[in-house]
Amino acid sequence: MSKAAETPRRLARVAMLGNPNTGKTSLFNSLTGLRQRVGNYPGITVEKKTGVMQLGHGEVELIDLPGTYSLAAASPDERVVVDVLSGHVDGTESPEAIVCVVDATNLKRNLFLASQVAELGIPIVIALNLWDAAMKQGLKIDIEKLSERLSAPVITTVGRTGQGLPELRAAIAAALSEKPEMTRIEWPESAQQAEKELREAIPAEIRSQLKELEIRRLLFDADSPIIDRIGWNRDEAHKAIEAARKPLWDAGVNPHAAEALFQYKHLGQILEGVVAAPDESLPRGSESIDNLLLHRFWGVIVFVGMMFIVFQAVYAGAGPFMDFVEWVKVGAQSVVGPWLADMPMLQSLVNDGVIEGVGAFVIFLPQILILFLFIALLEDTGYMARAAFLMDKVFHWCGLNGKSFVPLLSSYACAVPGIMATRTIEDPKARLTTILLAPLMSCSARLPVYVLLIGAFVEPALGTFWAGVTLFAMHFVGLGVAIVLAFVFTRFLIKTKPQPFVLEMPSYRAPRMRNVLFRMYEAGREFVERAGTVILAITVIVWALLYFPRPESLAVDETQAFVVQHAQAGNLSEEDAQAAIEASEELSAQLQAQIDGAYVDQSLLGRMGKAIQPIFAPAGFDWKITVGVLASFPAREVIVSTLGIIYSLGGDVDEESGDLKEALHNETWDDGPRAGQPIFNLPVVFSIMVFFALCSQCGSTLAVTAKESSWKWAAFTFFYMTALAWLGAVAVYQIGIRLM
Amino acid sequence: MSNLSELAIGATARVKSIPAENAVNQRLMNLGLLPGMAVKVVQVAPLGDPIAIEFSCQQISIRRAEAAVIEVE
Repeated sequence: MSKAAETPRRLARVAMLGNPNTGKTSLFNSLTGLRQRVGNYPGITVEKKTGVMQLGHGEVELIDLPGTYSLAAASPDERVVVDVLSGHVDGTESPEAIVCVVDATNLKRNLFLASQVAELGIPIVIALNLWDAAMKQGLKIDIEKLSERLSAPVITTVGRTGQGLPELRAAIAAALSEKPEMTRIEWPESAQQAEKELREAIPAEIRSQLKELEIRRLLFDADSPIIDRIGWNRDEAHKAIEAARKPLWDAGVNPHAAEALFQYKHLGQILEGVVAAPDESLPRGSESIDNLLLHRFWGVIVFVGMMFIVFQAVYAGAGPFMDFVEWVKVGAQSVVGPWLADMPMLQSLVNDGVIEGVGAFVIFLPQILILFLFIALLEDTGYMARAAFLMDKVFHWCGLNGKSFVPLLSSYACAVPGIMATRTIEDPKARLTTILLAPLMSCSARLPVYVLLIGAFVEPALGTFWAGVTLFAMHFVGLGVAIVLAFVFTRFLIKTKPQPFVLEMPSYRAPRMRNVLFRMYEAGREFVERAGTVILAITVIVWALLYFPRPESLAVDETQAFVVQHAQAGNLSEEDAQAAIEASEELSAQLQAQIDGAYVDQSLLGRMGKAIQPIFAPAGFDWKITVGVLASFPAREVIVSTLGIIYSLGGDVDEESGDLKEALHNETWDDGPRAGQPIFNLPVVFSIMVFFALCSQCGSTLAVTAKESSWKWAAFTFFYMTALAWLGAVAVYQIGIRLM
Repeated sequence: MSNLSELAIGATARVKSIPAENAVNQRLMNLGLLPGMAVKVVQVAPLGDPIAIEFSCQQISIRRAEAAVIEVE
């Protein structure tokens, strides 16, 4: 489908612009269908969405700009809008027409943005969306008069039903050929004078690349990012801008308020006699719903209940679908296995590398789709803003805002959908911090480690009650650390400009199934496209590290040793012993497990484990635990089966396995000061659990982090979490053995 | 003279001054909150912060500390 967008003939470009909550994206989807491409603008993580729209005679490229209230560039989103419209984004020329989506129920505020953009002189079509809601509220809008005063086509649309779309397409086509110019604000003398002075103060070689709109942004915005983009010396720029603002001050207008004051005055004149509010202002439905949903007591109850449902759906509801993916994966492996039996290396590569790797990312799809189902519902209905409102105070003090709640909660099921859910956070600083902290939430993949170790050691030693307490407490280790780190990251690490917390509480609306499905489809597709290949690659690399080198002689030696051992134990000749082993399924499985264990032992990863064991010695880890830890870096849940292989029980053990628990109990130190003592005592057990609670052992999370922020931040996540895990494990062990 | 954070739920007042140098206020002015405008406090979050205000047919949530610099009468 993306190929269609790359026709050799250059398509006309139309940009779609509008406030948040105007139904812009839904309109965009209706106009382009599935013919969309999603990427990022160069250098920043603002989503770039383009699609191909069919217009009577041909096709045009439609660019969905991020929703903004104003061109005052406080956030990266707004910066992108200014840069795209003025043609200063690499690979994106300025559009030939603009569709401004306007909320018919809040005309003045929405036209503020349109009026700012009008200064570009690019033809503008106004899509008066949510027309049905305006009718319901009894608003009377004189479309003809509005269109005449704006000297721009005004089309009433209802995104939900598709009403007005043919007219909108026709208007866009007409605008492209007729190029009407929308009415511009007439700036008062003082503003004109200020603009003129600023223009003259800008060095000539820079001035030539600036549009009038950009000069106005420099004049009105507090600290315009345009200064950096054009490479103007900051001090010089600020001095020149301050000097140019003098005419405004002289006229008694604060330059920071000037644009809003003048624009709203201008819009007041435009809308005079155009909009008639109903005689009696009807009580807005939202208010009575809010009285319940934001209630001190009931509001909190509903919120907790709703979040519980979301969490349960992601955590448990995805289970059957994940089992299905697992079933298909195992099925594929059992089909491919015999087929490639003659080529053991290829068989292992396909089964344990490729199929395992594909399974490793497909397994996340159920959780992602279910979470985005709920996110789409929460956003479409307008409840998401209320959830942020309810939770804001909890997050505000550590530098985040209420919108971090849903992503962090989802991360308790799995950080991958949780990190994708951070897209709902507009503030880049809060968003990045949430991405960095989400992997610390105790995800469901950590559970097997806890269950195994608590069941094997904590419960026998301390009883069922304390076993339960331990399991509960392990879920809060990461959260506790995350709270402290949020404070540190937002103050000292992430230098993004703080965002004003100004959150619109949109009217409640019924969700639209089409939108919801589209959101799910989009999230799933992007995850597979962006993260899938990375996860596959990581799985194959770790497979290779565990597989090579693989000398034939090792299997022969192991078999020989096993046969001798069996012969001696049973007082048999070696031939009889060998025959007995071959005849017994149990014994051959045991032999196979020992061979596998021996291969892991001397694999590249096994050698690395032995080499770096001294690093983990202060945490009480022996080399086998160290290998297990290393092998779990791509996905922590493999630790249980890896331990099974290392302890020669085969890879099919699970966390409830009695054999594995027994094997762990029987492990003793071969040498060193504690030779003969068991390796697994309570300090070691707690040290391992804390390590798993804090460590970055998930290739998928890192892949998604990289795609949602950058590889730099993914690397940072890996190093800070791993360092923290080591420190935590060492501290727990060192304190633990002194208490024992 | 009082400020916006001191209004009780349901109370309406008129904006007297809104300091323009502050980022939150610039955003609010872009949304249409200008001196002379009627503003109503419609909700307070269960934990006491933030608050939701209503002006020109829209509901916007801001933090108490930020509402405190907006003078109303």
